[in-house]
Amino acid sequence: MERFLQQIVNGVSLGSIYALIALGYTMVYGIIKLINFAHGDVLMIGAFVSFAVTTFTRLGFIPALLISMVTCMCLGVIIERVAYKPLRNSSRIAVLITAIGVSLLLEYTLMYFVGAQTRSFRQGVLPATIYNIGGVRISVQQIIIILLSLVLMMLLQFIVRKTKQGKAMRAVSFDKEAAQLMGINVDRTISFTFLLGSALAGAAGVMVGIYYNSIDPLMGMMPGLKAFVAAVFGGIGNIPGAMVGGLSIGVIETLVAGYGASLYRDAAVFAILILVLILKPSGLMGKGGGSKV
Amino acid sequence: MIFELQDLVVNYGVIRALKGISLQIDEGEIVTLIGANGAGKSTTLRTISGLIKPKSGKIVFDGADITHQNAAKRVAAGISQAPEGRRVFAELTVTENLEMGAFLRKNKAEVRADMEEVFGRFPILAERRKQPAGTLSGGEQQMLAIGRALMAKPRMMLLDEPSLGLAPIVVKEIFAIIREINAAGTTIFLVEQNARMALKIANRGYVLETGTITLTGTGDELAAADEVQRSYLGH
Repeated sequence: MERFLQQIVNGVSLGSIYALIALGYTMVYGIIKLINFAHGDVLMIGAFVSFAVTTFTRLGFIPALLISMVTCMCLGVIIERVAYKPLRNSSRIAVLITAIGVSLLLEYTLMYFVGAQTRSFRQGVLPATIYNIGGVRISVQQIIIILLSLVLMMLLQFIVRKTKQGKAMRAVSFDKEAAQLMGINVDRTISFTFLLGSALAGAAGVMVGIYYNSIDPLMGMMPGLKAFVAAVFGGIGNIPGAMVGGLSIGVIETLVAGYGASLYRDAAVFAILILVLILKPSGLMGKGGGSKV
Repeated sequence: MIFELQDLVVNYGVIRALKGISLQIDEGEIVTLIGANGAGKSTTLRTISGLIKPKSGKIVFDGADITHQNAAKRVAAGISQAPEGRRVFAELTVTENLEMGAFLRKNKAEVRADMEEVFGRFPILAERRKQPAGTLSGGEQQMLAIGRALMAKPRMMLLDEPSLGLAPIVVKEIFAIIREINAAGTTIFLVEQNARMALKIANRGYVLETGTITLTGTGDELAAADEVQRSYLGH
């Protein structure tokens, strides 16, 4: 039982990171029907920015996190403007291939400058304290990851549900032309979506870096792919679905790893993708019709 | 005159959808554009709203050439549309849909007052204000689409097939509302396949056939015209 609870704790903290990343995938998909394969690399840039900030300045975790989020916001908006916007009326496959191109560009440009070796955050960015609650160990880092994700997700829900820009985003996702008839600027709304998604990716990047205590230019690939699975699992385009999907994938992965099948943790996640695509392509919370991915 | 199309030509891919149409609308009028499916009626409205760019010709609203303005500018200038098929935001609530209609307006107090006015005009929407628009019936969705277009505080409202797919009794209700909105001072440009109803409430009308305006006159004149009777009124 302790072991099970332990894996749940680990799974929830990993899963909240996946959820943050999955939100970016799902929002962008919702608004321009693009699987933004560069999303994981925005996360990687976020991790490197916070690494640079904490290593070369005396700034602590919170300022580093904020700087990462802002940098990623700008990066996400620029990527959309430069790479995706000119293709607005092209086929979806053209944009998808461009996204893969952007992904490789980010990975290997950074590798050119910093090399392929992994780096670690300096000690003490976050306290290393570990609490033991009835045999279940939970670290300060895990607590911070879970709480921070929760706060960010609540903030996102508030923006999407309650603000004018957020409502415009949902309107554009649903029907671009009708939104134009309201006077909504579709391009600006798409930029806003990338801004939100990339800010969450930036935060997730910092968390991934801290969780594994290792960063490198290719670190965004695996979390990116798994978060993509999470988004599909929850129902791509569906915001609550991405949250539920992220947590589920995190928990499933740690359970598989925790019960002796550590080698198969990644395989398990992708097996879920295959199962979802076969059994319910629209995902847990997606609407019928099935999304063509 | 509040609105004018001058020799408007619109291509739809390789098809010439509008072959140079001209029409005028005076402030306070109800003008209808009738025609068969595929004649180019929706294309006309979509071009007026700025969703399609014309190949040539001019769109003039309130004395200003708006041919090259974007959709948002036209809404701000006072042209709003309730599009064909209603196109309400199904996942947004009734209230949120109305808020989107007022997207460009800054004065929150005025917007709130106008929303209450829309709810006064459509009591059923007030009852369902927290419901997602997708759960409304067809007639209710049409009311919402009209209410949403009203929220932009338009000087001229474009209505694309408001009777489409609705029961006759609901159509009557919708047309009564259109008349009321017009009486309150909004100019109406109404596109309809239901020529009988449209001509009944219109001051004037135009007949559109495969991209060309073939006939114009007052509502009564058109209703009495042979071609109209034969082609659109089923006599």
